Amino acid sequence: MSFEYAPALDGDYPSVDLDILLGRLHQGVPTDAVLHAPEDLRPYECDGLAAYRQVPLAVVLPDSIEQVQHVMRICHQMRVPVVARGAGTGLSGGALPLNQGVLLSLTKFNRILHIDPLNRLARVQTGVRNLAISQAANPHGLYYAPDPSSQIACTIGGNVAENAGGVHCLKYGLTANNILALEVVTMEGERVSLGAEALDAAGYDMLALMTGSEGMLGVIVEVMVKLLPTPQVARVLMASYADVGKAGEAVGEIIAAGIIPGGLEMMDNPAIRAAEDFLHAGYPVEAAAILLCELDGTEEEVSDGIQRVHDILIASGATEVRVSASESERQMFWAGRKNAFPAVGRLSPDYYCIDGTIPRRELPGVLKAIAALSEEFGLRVANVFHAGDGNLHPLILFDANVSGELEKAEQLGARILELCVQVGGTITGEHGVGIEKIHEMCIQFRPLELEQFHAVKAAFDPQRLLNPGKAVPTLARCAEFGAMHVHNGQLPFPELERF
Amino acid sequence: MTLQLCVKAHYFRDASRFLTLYVGSTRAVHDQFGGACRGEILEHELLGNVSYEPTELVITARCGTPLSDLEAALAERDQMLVFEPPHLGVDATVGGTVACGLSGPRRPFAGAVRDTVLGVKLINGQGEALTFGGQVMKNVAGYDLSRVMCGALGTLGVILEASFKVLPKPSIEATRRIESTLPEAIDRMNRWAGQPLPLSAACHDGEALYLRLSGAESAVHAGERKLGGDAVADGQRYWAELREQQHPFFGGDEPLWRLAVRSGAPQPDLPGRWIVDWCGGQRWLRTDAPASRIRAEAQALGGHAQCFRGGDREADVFHPLPDALMGLHRSLKAALDPKGILNPGRLYRDL
Ligand SMILES: Cc1cc2nc3c(=O)[nH]c(=O)nc-3n(C[C@H](O)[C@H](O)[C@H](O)COP(=O)(O)OP(=O)(O)OC[C@H]3O[C@@H](n4cnc5c(N)ncnc54)[C@H](O)[C@@H]3O)c2cc1C
Repeated sequence: MSFEYAPALDGDYPSVDLDILLGRLHQGVPTDAVLHAPEDLRPYECDGLAAYRQVPLAVVLPDSIEQVQHVMRICHQMRVPVVARGAGTGLSGGALPLNQGVLLSLTKFNRILHIDPLNRLARVQTGVRNLAISQAANPHGLYYAPDPSSQIACTIGGNVAENAGGVHCLKYGLTANNILALEVVTMEGERVSLGAEALDAAGYDMLALMTGSEGMLGVIVEVMVKLLPTPQVARVLMASYADVGKAGEAVGEIIAAGIIPGGLEMMDNPAIRAAEDFLHAGYPVEAAAILLCELDGTEEEVSDGIQRVHDILIASGATEVRVSASESERQMFWAGRKNAFPAVGRLSPDYYCIDGTIPRRELPGVLKAIAALSEEFGLRVANVFHAGDGNLHPLILFDANVSGELEKAEQLGARILELCVQVGGTITGEHGVGIEKIHEMCIQFRPLELEQFHAVKAAFDPQRLLNPGKAVPTLARCAEFGAMHVHNGQLPFPELERF
Repeated sequence: MTLQLCVKAHYFRDASRFLTLYVGSTRAVHDQFGGACRGEILEHELLGNVSYEPTELVITARCGTPLSDLEAALAERDQMLVFEPPHLGVDATVGGTVACGLSGPRRPFAGAVRDTVLGVKLINGQGEALTFGGQVMKNVAGYDLSRVMCGALGTLGVILEASFKVLPKPSIEATRRIESTLPEAIDRMNRWAGQPLPLSAACHDGEALYLRLSGAESAVHAGERKLGGDAVADGQRYWAELREQQHPFFGGDEPLWRLAVRSGAPQPDLPGRWIVDWCGGQRWLRTDAPASRIRAEAQALGGHAQCFRGGDREADVFHPLPDALMGLHRSLKAALDPKGILNPGRLYRDL
């Protein structure tokens, strides 16, 4: 494993007496809401990035804001680090516990507090599942737009903490664009409201800062989300290509024609085959790539749009274009994409999901480079791609039981992320840095920016008790990593200006 | 140029002197709606679009680039900034647009400045040139300091360059005028906004309800039939005048207040004349009523009030924040500008 929490690099905390800690926690939280027996801690030892495991000192499951405040006050006083956890579906190890820390599970915060159809908003507790919001809004003809593939399980609080996206975010935006307000408990146990029902709240955009902050700045306990009118209709086109580059170009052409599809996704041949094996959705297993393009809106605009996109796809060299004729067929077309991860998971004992973003024009080159790396490392890679917004998810297949394969998979993943940075992209589009990409942060940012991030962190949590070791590497960690990482005697990106 | 600015910011930090930031002549706008500001003026020019990739839907420009130049470049490729930024004068710049964080009539339907900013380069109060975010649509590496610059009125950093997500212009737009009282209009526009209609603006200007539809021709026509009312021949001009505060409502010296409230909220009980824009979310008020009363009313409706023009510029013009939140503001300000040299007092008196 390339990451291990290192007190010398990531921060040191006084050792705590568990009995004293438990005693003080119990003053404000019921006994059965605090877990500390080893067998009770086990289920919390990892999130969706299961290669990293660590049991915490204790798990606390509060069910009121007052209880969260109590836990935070005690931990603050005793200098015990706190890691917040939603559903634990995160893919970057953001919710990985610390052996000296408290894991704060927010799953009991599962109530939808208010749906306001006139103002098109919903107020929900942090542990409400993403999909549950749309289900509750559905009778009013409304829905919550961001739809991560994990939406049946992941929590809205986790979505905010990661700024989660979904297949519809090119048109409807990410979590950041679809929330209005948050209730947050600070490390000191203070409750603050950020944002408002009214647009563009007074003062600094704290809502933006909290979104995507990976549990480093505060604990989210309540979220107010925007709801949108459910589109009248949605239809999907599925286009097959004999050449990945052509599929990539087609994406640019759709956008150049002034069309912003509701969803625009691409899968390469290994991903298509895996999905077809798994679901029998009628995917073209011979194609080098498929594009899924969804148009939504009123009846009129969707039927116009389908015709236009159809023509563009044909002109761009698609070998076959199919249009969903019914809602069930639309669901079928999507099923393969939405289940791409588990489908690929069946091909191999383990897979490792990478999450880089690139300028879309770089796609053909990047895919070629990934294929070359795949060969170099001797590991298969299947690619799924949020093509509309350049977010690439290469899935690296490996077998953790074969000694050295996990490390190889991680090295291959790291090389892919470096490639993303090199072509002007970023190391994470939606899964977050967590611990997984902590070293790649040293490549993406210079020390000055990292120091600025630490200063911002200190503004909220001066003692660095919230989720330490995650998201932003210390300069000490980067120095350690840098020492191992000078390529061919060169600093990464010598062409960049350094101040 | 960047280097010179860094050196200057450094110098001011060490000398504990203050800087007031203007880019081009966004000055007029800043002075209009921000709080009175003390300090020596830092004018800088950094002109030009840095890069524009229409099929990537991203444009990057230096802070001094006139907003109209950026918009012209986009228009050439049938694209636009969706937040429809107000210029409020002829010389609005890209940096000023980000710093002011103001959005036009499309705001409730398409998002604000902060929803389209993908990345910024800036100089913080330590005189350090920093880059956050990038030129790609999705990026969650590090804290989102680019968005935080939006509406911060230059109190956290000197914006040098910004990248925006852009979108295609709608194929057509149409505006409808519907006779209606203000309370009726607020209810109607919110009900329509909850339906799958291609709405892109909704305003009651004291006389009638105006609605704009944007998108594919077929959808816009179907929407027009559904909304009823009368077609407005020169809709584009109507919305531009509203955005630029050239509507007769905005003339005169009476204090101009901006109330942001829950969009479907009933009208606050305040004396004066109103324009209700943003589907009810942004309500302009001309009144001499005392600030405390206006603020209490706005707050009761889930929102906040800002004395946009006129009135007492020495008092806080923005809505006061609760203590805990103000505390976080002070710490964040200190994290980016520890000596407090950047635009002191512009946003809040003690920031
Ligand atoms: C099969 C699969 C598919 C996925 N598809 C997508 C996708 O399409 N798009 C996408 O964006 N992601 C996707 N993900 C990743 C993951 O689902 C998201 O990151 C999700 O937002 C995590 O939510 P969670 O509730 O599981 O959070 P967790 O994993 O529990 O936590 C994630 C991070 O948020 C912090 N956190 C959680 N709750 C809070 C809180 N209340 N306050 C403060 N911090 C908190 C944690 O400390 C941690 O750092 C996928 C994951 C899986 C397993």
